[in-house]
Amino acid sequence: MSAGGLHPSQPFPDAARETLADAQMRRNLRHAAGTIREKRLRAVAEVANWEDIRTQGASIKDTVLGNLAEHLLELEASVKRRGGQVHWARDAGEAQRLVADLVAAQGVSEVIKVKSISTDEIELNAALEARGIHATETDLAELIVQLAEDRPSHILVPAIHKNRAEIRELFRHKLGADLLTDDPAVLAEAARVYLREKFLTTKVAISGANFAIADTGTVCIVESEGNGRMCLTLPDVLISVMGIEKVLPSWADIAPFMQLLPRSSTAERMNPYTSFWSGITPGDGPQHFHLILLDNGRTDVLADKVGRETLRCIRCSACLNVCPVYERAGGHAYGSVYPGPIGAILTPQLLQLEDENANSLPWASSLCGACYDACPVKINIPEILIYLRGQITPHKTPNAESIAMKTAAWIFNEPHRFEGAIKLAHTGQGPLVQHGAIRALPGMLGGWTSSRNLPPFPKQSFRELWRRENEGEQ
Amino acid sequence: MKVSSEARLDILTRINRATGGQQPALERMPVLPSSRPRADIVAQFAEYAAEYRAHVQTVTESEVPGVLALLLAGKRVLVPGGLPAAWLAPLNTTPDAGQSHAELSSFGAVLTTCAAAIAETGTVVLDHGPGQGRRALTLIPDQHVCIVRADQVVDSVPEAVAALQAAITAGRPLTWISGPSATSDIELSRVEGVHGPRRLNILLIDSA
Repeated sequence: MSAGGLHPSQPFPDAARETLADAQMRRNLRHAAGTIREKRLRAVAEVANWEDIRTQGASIKDTVLGNLAEHLLELEASVKRRGGQVHWARDAGEAQRLVADLVAAQGVSEVIKVKSISTDEIELNAALEARGIHATETDLAELIVQLAEDRPSHILVPAIHKNRAEIRELFRHKLGADLLTDDPAVLAEAARVYLREKFLTTKVAISGANFAIADTGTVCIVESEGNGRMCLTLPDVLISVMGIEKVLPSWADIAPFMQLLPRSSTAERMNPYTSFWSGITPGDGPQHFHLILLDNGRTDVLADKVGRETLRCIRCSACLNVCPVYERAGGHAYGSVYPGPIGAILTPQLLQLEDENANSLPWASSLCGACYDACPVKINIPEILIYLRGQITPHKTPNAESIAMKTAAWIFNEPHRFEGAIKLAHTGQGPLVQHGAIRALPGMLGGWTSSRNLPPFPKQSFRELWRRENEGEQ
Repeated sequence: MKVSSEARLDILTRINRATGGQQPALERMPVLPSSRPRADIVAQFAEYAAEYRAHVQTVTESEVPGVLALLLAGKRVLVPGGLPAAWLAPLNTTPDAGQSHAELSSFGAVLTTCAAAIAETGTVVLDHGPGQGRRALTLIPDQHVCIVRADQVVDSVPEAVAALQAAITAGRPLTWISGPSATSDIELSRVEGVHGPRRLNILLIDSA
C-alpha cells in the first residue's frame, strides 16, 4: 500500500541499519540524488534574482501562517462562491470519513487518485479499502509502489528504489502486460494502456493540492505525466485534500512559487503540466468539487514559534537530494511519508513530540546545513533540528547520558582526577585495542563505536610528556 | 454535516490561539516589465519550448494554413470554437460539440490557440477561452497543435501571472503546458507521453 502514514514503526537508527544493507537502493539513490543535484544547480543559476525570490516565497508563507484563519475563511468563501464545497478535518480519521462518505454518496466503489502526500499522510487508501472502495494511484511511480505493496521512498520520485527489471516483473504479474523489454518507454506505455480506460470511465477522483489562492478560490496541481490533468478534468466528482498551510493570499502570490517549485523539485525550468481551477466550471471538468482542509497536527506546529517555519514547506524535495544522511539511509529509514531533512523536523512535530520512534528523527542528521542552502523557502532545518533535540531530550528516561555527563564534569573539574582517569583508561583499554584502534566499546558505550573506531589512549599523556621535558630543564 | 462544522470551529480556534497577536506584513516584489528586446524574448521562448521536446516552427500569418495542412494531413482534427476559418479550410476538422471522453479519444489531433506564453520557461498557457476549448480537448487526443502569436509571449513567470489575472478573476481554469507529457519515474529516464498528448507542436506566428 502506498498509504504509509506518519508513525515510524521503529526508531531511525534501527530502520537505517536495515536500509543501509540494501546496496541496490543506495546505488539508485546515489545516482538519482547526484543527477538531480547537479541539474538543480544549473536551473537555479539561470534565475538572476533567485535569492530575492526565495525571500519572497518565505515571506509570503510567513504572512499566510501569521493570519491563517483569515486566509482559510476567505478561501472557503471563494470556493463556495465558485460552486465548490469546503469541509474541515481535525485529524486523519475525520478526513478519511469525509472522503469515504463523499465517495459512498456517489454509489461507486472505484476512485482514481493523483499523487498526493497528504492523502498518504492520512492513510486514505487503506481507509477507503476498509469501506469497500478501491483507490487506483495514477502517477506512474505511485502505481508501481501500490502494485508492489511497497511504500514511497522519495517525495518526488517515490519508486526511485526500484529498478526497471523489477518494474517489468511487477507489471507482468500485476497488470498481465506482455513486455518484451524493460525499456522505460515500454513500461510507461504499459501503464498508459492500463490506466486509459480508468481515466475515461471513473466517476470520482481524489487529489491533494500544491497551492490554493484565498481570494479567488483557485486550487493548483503541479505535475508531469498528465495523469493529474486526467483525474482533475475527466471525472464528475473531484475531492481534494489539502493541508491548511497550503493557502496563499492572492493570485499574484503564485508567481514566486511557480518559479521556485519546479527548479527546486525536478530541476526543470517548468514542469510539463500545471492545472488551476476555481470551484466548478460549467461544461468543463468535474461538476462537483469538494475541498477538504486538513489540520492533523499542523495547528500544533503553528503554535510553536520556532518550529512554525516548517509549515512553509512546499514539498519540493530539494532537501532530500542534498542530504548525506538521506542519500545513504534512503527514504524508508524515516518510517513516515515525509522522509529526509524536512521529514526529520515535520514528522515529530506533527506527532506533537509524543511518538518515541518519530522523536529519534531530529538526530538523523549531520547538521551539515546543505538542506538549508537548498530550501527554496529558506526553512532553517538545522536550527529546528537542534531546537527539537532540546525539546525532546527532557522527555527521555532513565537518563544514562546525564549521569555520564555529571561524572565527566566531576572528573574534568580537578586536574588530579583527570590524570588519574587517563592512566586508568590507558591501563584498562588493553584488551579492547585491536590493530591500533578500539572497534567496540562494551555496554552502553558501544553506541559510540557502533559506526566508528575510537583511537586508543596514548601510552603517555601530554601532561606527562610536558612534566618530563620541563623536569630536564629545571 | 455537524461534525464538519464542529471541526471548522475547533481548527479556527486552535489557529487563533497559535497565531494570536502577530500579523506579519507582506511586501510583494513589484513585477518589473522586461527590458530585453522583444526578438530575444520570442527567440528564447522558441528555444526553451523546443528543449522540452515541443516541435516549434516559426511562421508568418499567411503561412499558417499551409503548415497546418502539412502537419495534420490525414488526421481527424478536433477543433474548439473561435478559430479563424482560413486555418481550418485545408483540414479534416470536427468542431467540439460536447463529445464524450470515449469519442474524444478517436481524434488524432487537436488544434488550439493559447492565452499566453512564457519565455523563461518555454511554457504555453491555456485559459480555455475561445480558440482553446474545454480542458479535455487538449488532453485526450495524441497530438496538440498550439498556435502562439509572438505578441502573446511574455518574458517571465511573474509577467505571465499578471497577464492571467483577469482570467483567474473571471473563474476560468488554466492549464500551463511545457512540452508534451513526460515522466522520469523509472530510473530517472525521461519518457514522453505517458498520459497526455505525446506530441506538442507549437506554431509561433511572428509578424515581425
